[in-house]
Amino acid sequence: MLTKRIIPCLDVKGGRVVKGTSFVQLRDAGDPVELARFYYEEGADELVFLDITATPEGRDTMADVVERISENVFMPLTVGGGLRSIDDMRRMLGAGADKVSINTAAVLNPRLIREGAEKFGSQCIVVAIDAKRVESSQEPKWEVYIYSGQKATGIDALDWAKETVALGAGELMLTSMDADGHQAGYDIELNRAISGAVSVPVIASGGAGTLEDLYQALVSGKADAVLAASIFHYGTYSIREAKEYLAKKGIPIRS
Amino acid sequence: MIAIIDYGAGNLRSVANAITRLGHYPKITSDPADVLNAQAVILPGVGAAADTMENLKTLGLVSAIRQFIAEERPFLGVCIGLQVLLTGTEEGGWHECLGIIPGRVRKLPPGQKIPHMGWNQVRQQSPHPIFSGIPDGANFYFVHSYYVEPEDKSLAAGETDYGIPFCSIIARENLVATQFHPEKSGEVGLKIYDNFLRLALAAGAGNQ
Repeated sequence: MLTKRIIPCLDVKGGRVVKGTSFVQLRDAGDPVELARFYYEEGADELVFLDITATPEGRDTMADVVERISENVFMPLTVGGGLRSIDDMRRMLGAGADKVSINTAAVLNPRLIREGAEKFGSQCIVVAIDAKRVESSQEPKWEVYIYSGQKATGIDALDWAKETVALGAGELMLTSMDADGHQAGYDIELNRAISGAVSVPVIASGGAGTLEDLYQALVSGKADAVLAASIFHYGTYSIREAKEYLAKKGIPIRS
Repeated sequence: MIAIIDYGAGNLRSVANAITRLGHYPKITSDPADVLNAQAVILPGVGAAADTMENLKTLGLVSAIRQFIAEERPFLGVCIGLQVLLTGTEEGGWHECLGIIPGRVRKLPPGQKIPHMGWNQVRQQSPHPIFSGIPDGANFYFVHSYYVEPEDKSLAAGETDYGIPFCSIIARENLVATQFHPEKSGEVGLKIYDNFLRLALAAGAGNQ
């Protein structure tokens, strides 16, 4: 049986992990390679790295980081942040990433999804969607935001999700902007609405505060994977604790 | 020499990293002569089987791979590197593949998320040294939308469930091919490469 995935997400700036972590075990908690190894050994199912520098120089550094990580950990790696072109994607995949995630660039130029899928295969192309609830709407509705949540697009998140899959996205990474950073739970309704409407796997992101939140995203939210940053980085819970909790509640998990 | 075939696509670096981690120095190559001279050949891959076949043809690698396997030398196919061994694939209409293993490559049935992406269990169906030290039911990392259906069911050394039970690894003496990605499957994945290289180097020693 396919297991549900637990995915820590690391923000990298200028080759260093930001949103510092507090693992006493690590000599240098800002070193992405050391952190990647730590999570690999802890049993993370996959890792996501977001380059928040998002400049051409930053991308050089990031490719170098990805290269070093892929020499040290033997698990799936997704890299995102500032990827704008097929060349940017090729660069990261060539450095050892298994998947690239695109967000703003996909909205501005949806053809990039199709071209990426044709060149590298759909399984490489993750579309990240930042969605915010439309308060004025009677029915639950979400709007797509770009530029790290700075700019509203007027695009309906559910429509956009379906379109990206039609264009060749192999996976969606769904971040609730309302929930992100609050550690009060994922937006279950958002995840359920989109996961039920597309044929590809959905990663729930934004809002994890407790292990029950992970459980709810997987069961009520119908997500295929859960991504979290703070609860793992700050050591609130270890990957192992998360997995034991979920396994005890009957979720198929890789032990 | 351990050759990793480069046909312009695929996740060569990850495979090379895994082999390097195990203390070997693989040669990434698209030269048919290298394939024929190698002690062991690894054909990695992601993407579509038909594209891979086209690339292998263009590079003149088809007959080298056929000959290498026909001589029962150690060969490991990964993901698309498994699928191209079959007679043909249904992906994007019928496309002929290498035809080394009679059977077809079929789309995973509807009713669940496609691609099949993530960690799933491999049930060992027959004993083979490729499984040495690997527990039955161990989890490996998969990412694919098509699966292989060999005519000779006994070739399936391992099976995995995703809507249906499908053949997730083929193993017949020196010919091994996996649908999952051992280079992305943590320590059990590295063990697959380690077991393959042990097989390969033992076989190589006999030939020299």
